[in-house]
Amino acid sequence: MTATAMALAAAPPAPLVEVEGLRKWFHLGGGLLRRHAVLRAVDDVSFSIARGEVLGLVGESGSGKSTLGRALLRMSEPTGGRILFEGRDVTHLGRRALRPIRPRMQFIFQDPFASLNPRMTVRQIVGAPLAIQRQDLDRKARDARIAEVLRTVGLSEQYADRYPHEFSGGQRQRIGIARALIMEPSFLVADEPLSALDVSIQAQIVNLLIEVRKKLDLAMLFISHDLAVVGHLCDRVAVMYLGRIVEIAPTRTLFRQPRHPYTEALLSAVPVPNPTVRRKRVVLQGDMPSLLAPPSGCAFRSRCRYALPACADAVPPLRTVDGGHLTSCIRNDLTLGRLT
Amino acid sequence: MKATAHPARPLTHALTGHVAQITEAVLDVRNLSVAFATDDGPLHAVSDVSFRLRAGETLALVGESGSGKSVTSLAIMRLTPAASQVRIGGSVLFTGGDGRTRDLLTLDAEAIRMVRGNEISMIFQEPMTSLNPVHRIGDQIAEAIVVHQQTSARAAMARAAELLDKVGIPDARQRLAAYPHHLSGGMRQRVMIAMALACNPRVLIADEPTTALDVTVQAQILELLKELQRATGMAVIFVTHNLGVVAEIADRVMVMYAGRIVEKGDVVPVMTRPLMPYTQGLLHSVPPMEVESLGLEPLEAIPGSVPDPLRLPPGCAFAPRCRYVEPACDAAVPALEEAGSDHQVRCRRWPMFAGESRP
Repeated sequence: MTATAMALAAAPPAPLVEVEGLRKWFHLGGGLLRRHAVLRAVDDVSFSIARGEVLGLVGESGSGKSTLGRALLRMSEPTGGRILFEGRDVTHLGRRALRPIRPRMQFIFQDPFASLNPRMTVRQIVGAPLAIQRQDLDRKARDARIAEVLRTVGLSEQYADRYPHEFSGGQRQRIGIARALIMEPSFLVADEPLSALDVSIQAQIVNLLIEVRKKLDLAMLFISHDLAVVGHLCDRVAVMYLGRIVEIAPTRTLFRQPRHPYTEALLSAVPVPNPTVRRKRVVLQGDMPSLLAPPSGCAFRSRCRYALPACADAVPPLRTVDGGHLTSCIRNDLTLGRLT
Repeated sequence: MKATAHPARPLTHALTGHVAQITEAVLDVRNLSVAFATDDGPLHAVSDVSFRLRAGETLALVGESGSGKSVTSLAIMRLTPAASQVRIGGSVLFTGGDGRTRDLLTLDAEAIRMVRGNEISMIFQEPMTSLNPVHRIGDQIAEAIVVHQQTSARAAMARAAELLDKVGIPDARQRLAAYPHHLSGGMRQRVMIAMALACNPRVLIADEPTTALDVTVQAQILELLKELQRATGMAVIFVTHNLGVVAEIADRVMVMYAGRIVEKGDVVPVMTRPLMPYTQGLLHSVPPMEVESLGLEPLEAIPGSVPDPLRLPPGCAFAPRCRYVEPACDAAVPALEEAGSDHQVRCRRWPMFAGESRP
């Protein structure tokens, strides 16, 4: 390692996004006959994302990954904890205070059919953020910017006056990405942006995301249940289970040597498109427990084949096992299944 | 292997030369075509699809939206819209438990009802929308048993409990009284499977049964289906777009594109040495999971998107997206040719790929 590289490694730049002890709880019911219940969708989550870094967020439905993504962009108000964006605490900022920050953080939605207004043209959809945030620009400057961003996502600007229904699913997702990029954000949250698309189109959008992140130095929280895509696109991966991050590590490290039994099970459950490869598989028993009544201690212990009595004692905090590799599993003696 | 070792020969009619296998086939689909009437003319959703399904076998039907894979399975079950809007050609020969072979496409409404849900049953992608939300799951399972097997309600309910137990639902007897919204997605899909198995079908058609489920639950359901198939010997048609699932579960695979079979055969040659550029492209579109291949290299994506079914290209429907296209590809729809002992492909240029070792 050269001296400069060592100096860089020693003093990492301030992260773009910093999350500390974030909570998003929902209060449910509570009536005459029903007890008031608290659903801890996101509970005590901490991590950071560097400038230009892509963090993958994986976990099963109901694990809280979408709630976390939305809270991060302040599409909802967190119940507790802190969110720092570009060094500034945005946790409890109001609508007006958020307005100058909004252009810097954008969202890509899952469903390219539901997330585009069918009565607006592509120009209106993609240009909407400009119309609100950049009223100083005249029409010509706006159109030039719209044309530029459409080219970035691989759409011809001659499509700008068409309506969403005239496009295929993959093209619509490109429109959604163009809308997210037009204000030149530094941070994107992409919530399952591929899961509504066909396999061949998914690969096109993966390639587009790889291209724009390099070109625009974008940081991204990439929420997905598809581990293969996450492995391909992300620098680091965080694994969520029942509202908490249970493991976080650089992508290759996580795939090569998971340190949490849940990650092991997730990785081994992914079917590989080669019929001659028969991998050993950890099939989890049962379903994810209810968020309203999680098991005491480690929430995964009810499905974990390595669980010990001690796992029930207290919620295990994330601990560092190696450099940037953190796990919440209390067991240090496990050699978990690896992908080679 | 040299390309010349496999002289291209057009696929002769589905049956010639395979007499021995006919007896084993529970389902023999010949030249199936389905066209919907639209304001812009007929929409050919399925064209000239032929395949055989043997007892105990799993055939995966692979393709993207609009490929005709779901319409094929609906046509077999006679679940396509009313005859005024759809034209169906070909035949679907089904051999029942009594050894009798009938063409399902010519059965009257009453006769097809006796097959459906009884000898051939189906499970769907979204278990929440295919279960009735206002009926208890026990009643929903027992209904099929009462209708098809003329048993008493009490006996049917006992059988329903037995089925729930078989598909791995804990406390089966208590669960009979549950409503669908009481259950998780994975449990609902288990209930759907229990319903489908209620009458010991000869054929199970599973249309994207794990697509709406998480990977860990998907793994559970695939294990369950394999286990049940081993125990009952039923044949399964598994409709999916997930190539990982295909490799996991299928014995044979049929890849469809724009309503036609473009590649078909034993799962190992089709997925390890695909001869149709579309199949190759699909396989390259899936990011590899091996640690050394993780990275930010672009995937070899297939450019463009599927053609408009009302304006299909004159020749090979995949030609506009194909990197190996030549002018001759647009001249006529290529024939489905034999490329190996159990491997057929619809591509003029397949001998070129058979000569290479490129996966």
